[in-house]
Amino acid sequence: MADMRELYQQVILEHNKKPRNFGKLEPCTHHADGHNPLCGDQLQLTLLVEDGRIADIKFEGSGCAIDVASASLMTGAVKGKTTEEADRMADQFRAMVRGDLDPAQPNDLGRLTLFEGVKDLPVRVKCAVLPWATLRSALKGEEIASTE
Amino acid sequence: MSAATAFDVDRVRQDFHLLSRELNGKKVIYLDSAVSGQMPLPVIDRMRHYETLEHTNVHRGVSTLSQLATDAFESARVKVQRYINAASDKEIVWTRGTTEALNLVAQSWGRANVGAGDEILLSAMEHHANIVPWQMLAEEKGATLRVIPMTDAGELVLDGFEALVTPKTKALGLTHVSNVLGTVNPVKEIIARAKAVNPALVAVIDGAQAVPHIQADVRDLGADFYAFSGHKLSGPTGIGILYGRLELLEAMPPWQGGGNMIRSVAWEKTSYMGAPTKFEAGTPPIAAGIGLGAALDYVTALGLDRIAAREHELLLRATEKLSALPGLRVIGTAAHKASVLSFVVEGIHPHDMGTILDSEGIVVRAGHHCAQPVMARLGIPATTRASFAYFNTTAEVDALEAAVRKAIEIFG
Repeated sequence: MADMRELYQQVILEHNKKPRNFGKLEPCTHHADGHNPLCGDQLQLTLLVEDGRIADIKFEGSGCAIDVASASLMTGAVKGKTTEEADRMADQFRAMVRGDLDPAQPNDLGRLTLFEGVKDLPVRVKCAVLPWATLRSALKGEEIASTE
Repeated sequence: MSAATAFDVDRVRQDFHLLSRELNGKKVIYLDSAVSGQMPLPVIDRMRHYETLEHTNVHRGVSTLSQLATDAFESARVKVQRYINAASDKEIVWTRGTTEALNLVAQSWGRANVGAGDEILLSAMEHHANIVPWQMLAEEKGATLRVIPMTDAGELVLDGFEALVTPKTKALGLTHVSNVLGTVNPVKEIIARAKAVNPALVAVIDGAQAVPHIQADVRDLGADFYAFSGHKLSGPTGIGILYGRLELLEAMPPWQGGGNMIRSVAWEKTSYMGAPTKFEAGTPPIAAGIGLGAALDYVTALGLDRIAAREHELLLRATEKLSALPGLRVIGTAAHKASVLSFVVEGIHPHDMGTILDSEGIVVRAGHHCAQPVMARLGIPATTRASFAYFNTTAEVDALEAAVRKAIEIFG
């Protein structure tokens, strides 16, 4: 079992309390709704993609601290990145919270490694991954993302 | 000495090996009996006895073994009959659980009796199991659902209740005890008042959360149907009960076809058995049925009144202690409650609360509890729910309080 103060680090708690990039982009070029049917977490993601680059991104919704902080930090991390770079980060993030990330390989996660503790809590992995799954759906032009 | 100390809790706890188990380095504190109760050893032993020494199919063949299995299974049915004071064991239908029992009513009784423009009246605090089967029926038949509202405290609003009942009301679906709020509904009064307006309606009561705690006398309540599950009643999963008044069951068409439920089968015409057999196609969960019978013996020996008194004491202590914590709000403050305690804490999502309690060995439920309309009514996404059983202790309640306090500290 992860130590709770290790899991709920100050940065995560702070982003949960004051999420960044919270809101809705109008107009937007991409959007998707993410839903975790098991626990009811849900978020709406809106993006402005210009020349293959994420110029802006916002999210709305409600969920647990892991979900909200993950969405908040994700939006900050992918803003300015190309869609390919964001897609690669999504892969790396998913691998990290499932405990599958190869520490020998370089990655682009930076601060997002804060969420590594989630790998010890299999039932919470979906919470951390939901924003990334929703991002991927939005970039693919799918409107609904689900962790199921 | 209070009724709560009337049985030896330390002795009872020895029947539950989980309670001395450690998970993640912490002793398990099981406060989740509303999601599924734990089975005491005598129940498990009785099922093992059937599986090792009595196992074969029931209602088939002439062997002594088959007779032993059938006797064990059918005597469990009689135990259920007595437990809820049904008039006959023919009124006790085995199902997979409460959900299947309620679907049986909606599909068999409902399809034969509910038509276009008819109404089904449900309470605002139903579990999805007593909503969705009726929605499916209503959609198929062109019927409409009406809802008995509830207060912020989690009590049904019964002022003006009669106005919700019309000549078109075919069924009243009502939970005896709310799985989220713990509210014990005045089922007898509500049924009587509904039937005073429309004597033809049938009352379909979800007893899943009631039967572990309170005496459910189906005849005294005036219930036409009463459904519950074995696994919330110290029994196994995979077995449940539909009680139905015999007259209604006899008039209902079969639900699923197959072996056991038929009198005779020919290509030209098949005739069916009477109730309850016509609703029991195929091989039933025999060990689970026998286990449920043993669970009723166990609970009855402890005494439902003593169980209720003990659980009430735990509920009061937990309510008082948690209510005093900063930012904590108890969800469900009805005057009459079973031992279910839902709460939310300002700034802490129930899933985070659940994870922190789990790290302390405390098992609770965090989520919408399969009652999303209740969550929507109260304007919350989810709650954390602790539920107490007869084997829980005041020390475990105190550990809950300490763990919730820790969560509040972590979240600052």
